[in-house]
Amino acid sequence: MISVFENIGIFFLAFFEATGTWFTMLWRTATWAIRPPFEGREWMRQMVRLGVDSIPVVFLTTMFTGMVMALQTFNGFQRVHAENFVGSVVALSILRELSPVLVGLMVTGRVGSSMAAEIGTMRVTEQIDALKALATDPVQYLFVPRVIAGIVMLPLLTILGDALGVWGGYLVAVRLMGANPVVYQSNTFQFLDVNDLWSGIVKSAVFGLILTLTGCVRGYYTTGGAEGVGKATTSAVVTASVIILLADFFLTKLLF
Amino acid sequence: MTEPSAVAISMQHVYKSFGPKEVLHDLSIDIERNESVVIVGGSGTGKSVTLKHIIGLLKPDRGEVYVDGKEISDMPPRELNRFRTRFGMSFQEGALFDSMSVFENIAFPLRRHTEMTEDEIRSRVAECLEQVHLSGIEEKRPSELSGGMRRRVGFARAISLKPEILLFDEPTTGLDPVFSDVVADLIVEMDQTLKTTTVTITHDMKVAFKIADRVAMLYGGAIVEQGSPADFQQSKNPIVQQFIEGRAKGPLTD
Ligand SMILES: Nc1ncnc2c1ncn2[C@@H]1O[C@H](COP(=O)(O)OP(=O)(O)OP(=O)(O)O)[C@@H](O)[C@H]1O
Ligand SMILES: [Mg+2]
Repeated sequence: MISVFENIGIFFLAFFEATGTWFTMLWRTATWAIRPPFEGREWMRQMVRLGVDSIPVVFLTTMFTGMVMALQTFNGFQRVHAENFVGSVVALSILRELSPVLVGLMVTGRVGSSMAAEIGTMRVTEQIDALKALATDPVQYLFVPRVIAGIVMLPLLTILGDALGVWGGYLVAVRLMGANPVVYQSNTFQFLDVNDLWSGIVKSAVFGLILTLTGCVRGYYTTGGAEGVGKATTSAVVTASVIILLADFFLTKLLF
Repeated sequence: MTEPSAVAISMQHVYKSFGPKEVLHDLSIDIERNESVVIVGGSGTGKSVTLKHIIGLLKPDRGEVYVDGKEISDMPPRELNRFRTRFGMSFQEGALFDSMSVFENIAFPLRRHTEMTEDEIRSRVAECLEQVHLSGIEEKRPSELSGGMRRRVGFARAISLKPEILLFDEPTTGLDPVFSDVVADLIVEMDQTLKTTTVTITHDMKVAFKIADRVAMLYGGAIVEQGSPADFQQSKNPIVQQFIEGRAKGPLTD
């Protein structure tokens, strides 16, 4: 009995400690971000790595999701003779929800994990100590460029995802299901609001922050050699994905 | 006793544990400006841990560490960060940044902490590499180097800023006897020309006696014996005698 309560206690302690660490590092990242020297080259490198290199993944996921969305809703809506609204539904779901969340999760898997692995390896091979010994704050040198890249690039990737998803839906509806292209197009934009676009963009910026910071923090606190790096990588992906899904709910509730 | 201003590094009653394992137990040592101190001791006795306390990479559980009269063990992070430009440290395994070339590794502190032009940086890097007899490997990646080469590049990176205080963690381990001597000569030369304060960890007694003004032996979490190389060699302390002679039997292994 005792040990059950003990374990629950240990779990909550660990949870609160991890949360505290996360917000402490967020604070430190924020204060270093506005302070020179700015690592221009590092910032660029991370933007390319996170943004440009993720385009193929974003292309595939959002486009196919748009296509599947059109397929599914077309089937369903046909039953109630509402085919004309397929365009609206696809566009709304892609812009408000699917594109930001899918892009967030995909980039977490691709980049958040590799950030944890990279920084974790630096930790276990004393490169973090070496950075400090060279009078360079690891938060400034490692965290800031990555987190900035996340906040800047995720919205751009999401906009790309929006376009591709909507286009994918259009292709399926018009080419495969025989929807009228003109009707579909006008219907796509008919109920769309600038806020729908904004909501997705704001969300994705938050996701970008979450996935990069979580990757960095998990890597930074790696212990225990190569095995530790593996654990840090896995836990970065799992933690960031869970936080993204939770944040998604609350942001959606909050934003509109 | 020396006047306080002559002391560059002072560790006072330092205790440090990792979990249940106590590594440092009431360790105290004063190191004077322009002095070269060598710390010796068995594997796993806490030599690297001691060195990391001097540059503030580890904080003591109890006790204080002073550098130039400033308490480094209680410095706010930003100030500590600035303070560290006075240090150069080479790590036991080199700790080179493996996302960068050898050139970028050595240029890293120069780019960040000096106003040197790209040309000046280039020639300073070449100079540092030449000192460790590794000219021309600028564009290589750390992963392409041997362990000994990596250590020498780490050494070159540590000295590139010509810092006041140099900390070397086993700079000659894994080097052949000739290169060990090269590195030892280099440390002596820097002590003489740049007036640096040097703390070196080594297992190599030949190197130790060559570079040291003072040798200190770490055992059981504290300095158990220290003195000039000559005195140290003559020490009656059985622990020291066993270590110098490298015997398997004795108080160290009991
Ligand atoms: N970050 C750490 N976390 C936990 N334990 C540590 C840590 N750093 C060092 N230790 C422990 O402290 C002890 C001393 O380690 P240290 O690296 O200082 O030994 P050393 O004297 O440098 O040995 P060697 O000559 O083999 O390099 C070891 O038992 C090690 O396990
Ligand atoms: Mg060591």
